[in-house]
Amino acid sequence: MRADGLSIEDVRRIAHLARLELTDAELADARVKLGAVMAYMERLSRVDVERVAPFAHAPTEGAMREDVAGPTLPTAALLGMAPESWEGFVRVPKVLGDGGGA
Amino acid sequence: MSPTGAPMCAREIAGAVRGGADAAMIARGAVERSEAAKRLLNAFLDVFAERAPEHARGTARDLPLAGVPVAVKDNICVGPDLREQGDALGYGGRTTCGSRMLENYRSPFTATVVRRLIDAGAVLVGKTNMDEFGMGSSGENSAFGPTRNPIDEVRVPGGSSSGSAAAVAAGVCPVALGSDTGGSIRQPAAFCGLVGVKPTYGRVSRYGLVAYASSLDQIGPIARNVTDAALVLDAICGHDPHDATSARREAGFVRDLERPVENLTLAVPRQARGGANTPAVERSFGAALERFRAMGARIVDVDLPLLEDAVAAYYIIAPAEASSNLARYDGVRYGRRAALKPGEGLRELYVRSRSEGLGAEVRRRIILGTHVLSAGYHDAYYTTALKVRRALRDSIEAVFSGDSARPACHAILTPTTPGAAFKLGEKSADPMALYLEDVYTVTANLAGLPAMSVPMAPAVIDGRELPLGLQIMAPAFEDGVMLRIARMFEESA
Repeated sequence: MRADGLSIEDVRRIAHLARLELTDAELADARVKLGAVMAYMERLSRVDVERVAPFAHAPTEGAMREDVAGPTLPTAALLGMAPESWEGFVRVPKVLGDGGGA
Repeated sequence: MSPTGAPMCAREIAGAVRGGADAAMIARGAVERSEAAKRLLNAFLDVFAERAPEHARGTARDLPLAGVPVAVKDNICVGPDLREQGDALGYGGRTTCGSRMLENYRSPFTATVVRRLIDAGAVLVGKTNMDEFGMGSSGENSAFGPTRNPIDEVRVPGGSSSGSAAAVAAGVCPVALGSDTGGSIRQPAAFCGLVGVKPTYGRVSRYGLVAYASSLDQIGPIARNVTDAALVLDAICGHDPHDATSARREAGFVRDLERPVENLTLAVPRQARGGANTPAVERSFGAALERFRAMGARIVDVDLPLLEDAVAAYYIIAPAEASSNLARYDGVRYGRRAALKPGEGLRELYVRSRSEGLGAEVRRRIILGTHVLSAGYHDAYYTTALKVRRALRDSIEAVFSGDSARPACHAILTPTTPGAAFKLGEKSADPMALYLEDVYTVTANLAGLPAMSVPMAPAVIDGRELPLGLQIMAPAFEDGVMLRIARMFEESA
């Protein structure tokens, strides 16, 4: 683990990965606040977990149910939540060309 | 109100309705108080003003929660699909999660917990305010304004289940549902003088709970006493085919509640003494331990050094999961969609919708989570945090099981919070200060264990009594033992 002095560019890059856009003032604020949080995280580097396996969640019974068709939410109700829909599809702006690289 | 003037508890209301009391009138009273709590405390986002009394009129009288008004945190879906004997109940409306992103979101379906409450006879009074997507420990991070603490209105009620705690503390309804990812039920319960329970991971279905961090989230009750909390748990616990993490375990907590735990043995970690605690918490916690000793309990001092690393692990794991869970808010299928300028495409739609719809703390945690999961940092932060998580869980299990040097313990006691409710705005500029509020609560979520807060002796600050909470944490699926210990403590007051 490295000491994490985040630069404005670092924060901008991470925000881009998360598809978020911050103003210059928000970037500066995020750099300071995230820097403080990341500095606090450094304490974990002192814990000896060399031989410990990661633990992502508590064990669950994980019972698999039978794969049987049953009622689902009606398509109209789900499409009705979409900001824009068209003939049974959710409608989005242009994906290719100028809208590409999303 | 009961004849003594104190608000009736859930068990009394159900008893009165069973005996012929007018459930619609009880619901109307709760609705009126909800409207007042919405105006004065900002505790409610929506009130089911017409639906609640109408539903109450038709509800069966012989159910465990017959006619009991319940408030529901606004990250738990209430849809138009709720029916009773074939008739639509007419509930529904928004599920906002305290976010602009979901300001106009109307869920087409209902959470399993809500359905089970209705099946047990409860009446829904409204949806409560909360920190946006559950991210906050003060109730100040709601897009719809902060909730106020009814005990002292210049102070926060705690969070993120801020409105649910404020509603119960104000006497609007005897019980409310909250959700707890790192303390969001227990901490507001402590700040408002209430009982708050985070059940074992897997006890309660999360179907219809809007996800924040899926390996940590649990739904649970906030109530004025242990019995009411157990009544709600009996209704909501159990397996649900819609949630693969829900366990096939019996509840039946009320049945055993009055049976004291024999040879009660309680662990107190050295890390829960002094340190972060205010003098008032230190005094009150000491007095709580004395109460247990006076009833014959054995108090065992233990060393759990990893408790001090839990906050660091939590604020890596929870934001990492959040960054993934909240990727769904992209302006495409539901929620806020930003208006685009000519020539802008899908990428701008994502970025603009998310940046407009998500508040500052949510964006901060998404960025934090994205960072700790990104290439080059994943192992150093996320994997390390998951390893600390296992080591923490193992060290706690060792306390519960005991060894040659130490007896097995029924539960671990700590204060719920290091201090009493703080003032609005006091900690909002410094996220790390606010994160450290969660020092005692995050461990139960990381380890998947049940934990609850019960009121202990209050602090006196500026001549005013402010509530404090005692946290009881028990082994996985020993929720019943935990509730019995809480009941013993409550009874000893």
